Amino acid sequence: MGNLIVDGKRTDGRGPLDLRPLRIEVGTIKNAAGSSYIEHGKNKIYVAVYGPKDSHRFGTSLERAVIRCRYHMSPFSTEERKSPQPSRREIEISKVIRNALEPSLILDEFPKTLLDVFIEVLQSDGGSRSASITAASVALADAGIPMRDLVQAVAVGKVDGTLVVDLNDKEDKEGEVDLPVAFMLNENMITLLQMDGKLTVDEFKEAVKLAREAAVKIKEKQKEALGRKYFGMVDEK
Amino acid sequence: MMIKKGPIISNLRREQILKSLSEGKRVDGRDLLAQRPLKIEPGIIEKAEGSASVKLGDTHVIAGVKIGIGSPFPDTPNEGILIVNAEVLPTASEFQEPGPPDEDAIELARVVDRGIRESRMIDLSKLVIEPGKHVYTVFVDISVLGMDGNLFDASSYAAVAALLTASFNVYRVDGGSLVKTEERMAMPIADVAVSLTFAKIGNSIVFDPTWEEEGVMDASLTMAFDSGGRLCAIQKGGSGGLKIDDVFRMVDLGREMYLDIKKKIEEAVGNAKPGS
Repeated sequence: MGNLIVDGKRTDGRGPLDLRPLRIEVGTIKNAAGSSYIEHGKNKIYVAVYGPKDSHRFGTSLERAVIRCRYHMSPFSTEERKSPQPSRREIEISKVIRNALEPSLILDEFPKTLLDVFIEVLQSDGGSRSASITAASVALADAGIPMRDLVQAVAVGKVDGTLVVDLNDKEDKEGEVDLPVAFMLNENMITLLQMDGKLTVDEFKEAVKLAREAAVKIKEKQKEALGRKYFGMVDEK
Repeated sequence: MMIKKGPIISNLRREQILKSLSEGKRVDGRDLLAQRPLKIEPGIIEKAEGSASVKLGDTHVIAGVKIGIGSPFPDTPNEGILIVNAEVLPTASEFQEPGPPDEDAIELARVVDRGIRESRMIDLSKLVIEPGKHVYTVFVDISVLGMDGNLFDASSYAAVAALLTASFNVYRVDGGSLVKTEERMAMPIADVAVSLTFAKIGNSIVFDPTWEEEGVMDASLTMAFDSGGRLCAIQKGGSGGLKIDDVFRMVDLGREMYLDIKKKIEEAVGNAKPGS
């Protein structure tokens, strides 16, 4: 391509390591046990957590809460209308998001229950699964689910031969690599890792390190958002 | 909905698996980084344009390639189309119900797809009959007949072997309509994708986990290398996390080991492919 970075600036004016504007709100859906809203770049995503609620259905565990996760894109969330039926992509993403959140949660305090995480992408931009994870972890904290750490995610990519953090839509579609990573920073742990594109092993390691640095910044935003609801510590900006 | 679809592993067995690993051996006698016996048989389905059976230990997967004719996607008028689908058949285990692909089968197909697509193993630009109008569609259908863990690698080897050995009838535009000719064309192969899956169990990293090992693992990491040793697809599997250092260790191991696996695939299809 060769037009995604010009004079060191990306298509939206950012430098390679800059994050897009990120705003998180907590307690956005009244009926939910926990909820959040995130704007990350042009992503606009609501998350509602319901439960843990008693469940007798097949698949319920006697040892812990079973988590169910739905990532869904609204029909108007994309350039071309998206069919409201869950696509194969959405089904896979629902699964990997569940796997990204589950390591952080202490679910054995709620045996024989079901914990629902509903993610609705009202507008999608690059990195919607990452933003969903960041928001869902906040909503789970808002629901009072005991957790080891907040989880946050960001996609690193390679555009015009350069590693860049937090891909926008254009970079996601036209770039050479898309590498979303979710972290539990307290434990130096990765809970989601996917990649497509081509990277050497050394580039891959560098990309994960860049993602980790970005995750530290995103975690601050998560804590600020929770702090605003629960402690009124941080002024609205 | 997460419903555990596997054998329940008793605490005693779990302890046994962990103890064995701490002594550097696995309960099936393998070294930590050894692969189970891998048997790849291409060309087992005469009616398919390409096919392969893969047995990885007791995991048994068949992949078939069929060729269709379609319209290209509007954003890639000069490229053919690749579609990968996977089904875990009810023959595979007592835990598998018949029905449309569930999230595990969809993930399986998408992970195999990404390895093949991102390694650019198929030269899709050579699958065009008339730019913007008619292209070949390559359907790779994966059927899991027997389940004993590591479906990602077994399915990838089956898909890759089926593609490497595929050939099909050429179509031509003649007087404005598409005509199927008798001329045969080999699948345009530009590279080979090599899949490797590692699992973290206790303090150990193992290669090619069995179903039982998947039941006790923290998480797994599946990666695909191109023939030049570049990573082209990755997927963390399982509902646990992986330490960053373990992820790095796994990709290092994969980089050291992928050529051996690639050789096994190429020997099975009897045909060294370009890019090596």
